[in-house]
Amino acid sequence: MNRNEDRPTFGEKMKNALASEKLFHGEGNSKLKLIREMILDAVIENITPLTDAVNEELEKLNCSLRAQNQIDIVIDEVFANIASYAYGDKTGKAIVRLEHDQENNDIILIFIDEGMPFDPLKNEDPDVTLGYDKREIGGLGVFIVKKLMNKAEYRFADKKNILILRKNLD
Amino acid sequence: MEITAEKKEEKLIIFLNGRLDTTNAKEAEEEIDKLLGDEADVTFDLKDLIYLSSAGLRILLLAQKRMLKQGRMTVKNVNETVTEIFETTGFNEILTIE
Repeated sequence: MNRNEDRPTFGEKMKNALASEKLFHGEGNSKLKLIREMILDAVIENITPLTDAVNEELEKLNCSLRAQNQIDIVIDEVFANIASYAYGDKTGKAIVRLEHDQENNDIILIFIDEGMPFDPLKNEDPDVTLGYDKREIGGLGVFIVKKLMNKAEYRFADKKNILILRKNLD
Repeated sequence: MEITAEKKEEKLIIFLNGRLDTTNAKEAEEEIDKLLGDEADVTFDLKDLIYLSSAGLRILLLAQKRMLKQGRMTVKNVNETVTEIFETTGFNEILTIE
């Protein structure tokens, strides 16, 4: 008898968790429309297909090319971090969820992983006034994410890192 | 991501074409490293660079550090998205942008 038989898969667990909208939005957000949800291996090779899939949806929303590029950059920064650090040397899964807040015309990107608890937003912003000789690249990615998005929020819930990013499309 | 180069007299122009991000940063870094060789006058023409992420900034920073030792480096034809990244991160002060 397979003892793992009754254990939910990662995908099922995520789905169950996601069924509870309040996990990452709080109560009562009926104006949010789920556009797409993808469960992917958290590996660098998935950045391009993920970006293509998101762009396909953004085009349907008449998103400007500028905003699309900004969102693409953000996907690179966030997903590369998850792929590189969340699961150490192992390959884990990540969920990327794309939502549209129709009331405010905001696009909401949610990144979820079950790796080591890590709040990417808590680090101090890098000093962007330093000269080239004192510059380090570490920390710039998250800084770019904060600057290109209108809102960035991190939660750790149900053993999941949840990063919620909001960008206005007007 | 495609990288091409053109040499006119003593000046080397490097063209970055496409998206410079984590997925191609390693190859781009190696390619640019080879192209820089012992060049003394290098221009990065970014007219066909759609965008770059911090992985791309790292490459430009490395190139800038190296070129300050061996000559000069300029960056030109920067689009709106890339300009915003440069300004947000202070790279507009680090790089010589035409």
